[in-house]
Amino acid sequence: MKVLVAVKRVIDYNVKVRVKSDNSDVDLTNVKMAMNPFCEIAVEEAVRLKEKGVATEVVVVSIGPKVAQEQIRTALALGADRGILIETEEKLESLTVAKLLKAVVEKEQPQIVLMGKQTIDSDNNQTGQMLGALTGMPQGTFASEVVVDGEKVNVTREIDGGLRTVALNLPAIVTTDLRLNEPRYASLPNIMKAKRKPLDVTTPADLGVEMKSTLSLVKVTPPAERSAGIKVADVAELVDKLKNDAKVL
Amino acid sequence: MAILVIAEHDNATLKGATLNTVTAASQIGGDVEVLVAGSNCGAVAEAAAKVAGVSKVLVADNAAYEYQLAENMGELVAELGKNYSHILAAATTTGKDFLPRAAALLDVNMLSEVIKVEDAETFARPIYAGNAIATVKSADSIKVMTVRGTAFDAAAAEGGSAAVEALDAVKDAGISAFAGEELAKSDRPELTAAKIVISGGRGMQNGDNFEMLYKVADKLGAAVGASRAAVDAGFVPNDMQVGQTGKIVAPELYVAVGISGAIQHLAGMKDSKVIVAINKDEEAPIFQVADYGLVADLFDAVPELENAL
Repeated sequence: MKVLVAVKRVIDYNVKVRVKSDNSDVDLTNVKMAMNPFCEIAVEEAVRLKEKGVATEVVVVSIGPKVAQEQIRTALALGADRGILIETEEKLESLTVAKLLKAVVEKEQPQIVLMGKQTIDSDNNQTGQMLGALTGMPQGTFASEVVVDGEKVNVTREIDGGLRTVALNLPAIVTTDLRLNEPRYASLPNIMKAKRKPLDVTTPADLGVEMKSTLSLVKVTPPAERSAGIKVADVAELVDKLKNDAKVL
Repeated sequence: MAILVIAEHDNATLKGATLNTVTAASQIGGDVEVLVAGSNCGAVAEAAAKVAGVSKVLVADNAAYEYQLAENMGELVAELGKNYSHILAAATTTGKDFLPRAAALLDVNMLSEVIKVEDAETFARPIYAGNAIATVKSADSIKVMTVRGTAFDAAAAEGGSAAVEALDAVKDAGISAFAGEELAKSDRPELTAAKIVISGGRGMQNGDNFEMLYKVADKLGAAVGASRAAVDAGFVPNDMQVGQTGKIVAPELYVAVGISGAIQHLAGMKDSKVIVAINKDEEAPIFQVADYGLVADLFDAVPELENAL
């Protein structure tokens, strides 16, 4: 079966973001960019499905500027077979991303679409679910285990009270949570090999998707700062402060 | 037009997160109606009808909704939601699962984890793990959003007397099924609702040592949480994780034990009223947000704390 993995280029998770002084947005000039960590987990899971003989081909798709090819090459170095970049400079909302991915799904006809549960920039946690609705596919969100069983895939999901497993008809969407797997590092020979793997570039217009935006950013502000408090000498002083100063005990 | 709030429940009880969502809906302004979709969920509907500020409760009681599968819920909410100006659900793993599906079926965008209502079209939400707050204006005809419970007070659970109306429509997509569940059993309060939370990190060294925290928690009536490091190391299950990708908590008192204070973790607890940090590394970033910091070996300090309470 074919597996499609969607990945996004985002700010590196080690970088602390700063808000621009005019509060128009966050400042991304000259910051290090990388593949969204949840997307890395999705790529790893797809490659493992291939290694297990469940998947026959892993196709990776990204939507973004030309430089997003870097993240597709990273996925190819990790074991994906070929890449597709939907090139656009525009900042996209989840619904538009889902519509673009739907167009790719229609063309590629994957049995499983793997993607991160959220990106660490917009923190939306929407695209996989929206893609499910648009394609009519079932979804296993926040996955910590994925087992393909004949015509179904069993997805164990991390939910507020613990774990829940759902059985989904294929084709299906799976969005990854942190504990699904631990992504590997790309080896140098694989990084070199990835440069020769096919990477097609297309555009939203080619896919016939209208780029409409309904959300406008009014302002971006830094969160309320917490100032450091005091150090206490011992447990007795701590309990005393909590009882008498903070009055929370 | 009215606002539709989707109830969070387990077919037996109405979850507290619904009350915070009702408050957010009331702040938008307009009649607040609640949808209870479940199976044999009459008790939940009765509870929802008593919530202050709710004008009507709609009940979709059918086996198709027993586990609130996103495929079925998405279709139900999208069809029902056409007649509303806003659709709100709590930003829980249930709400996050089905609501984007409903939004896509309605061909509208969605706002996740709303923390402030500016007006009926403008809302604030955290981005970049809470390192920035975006104020966003929506031009969508129906505004769909999940609401972060800790950012809104709970509406009064008693005092209302809304009419309850049964819905006949059954949406069963037939493409997904519930296959099993492992729910954590605990007599302690729920993490997101507890007044006091005590959390352990990598410094706890193993799962057995969490016993020390459970003892303190039981004396205080507190919930016990954990950092991502402790969960990833397998000390405790995932449902205990506090942080950007785990649970967001804002209790009266948060005690961080053996937690260094990664951005990821701070994003889940920094709105707590009072923060205490116990860590032997005085350079640990957690001390920068703690109201009271104790530089000490947790294996000495935690038993001492238990005795002092």
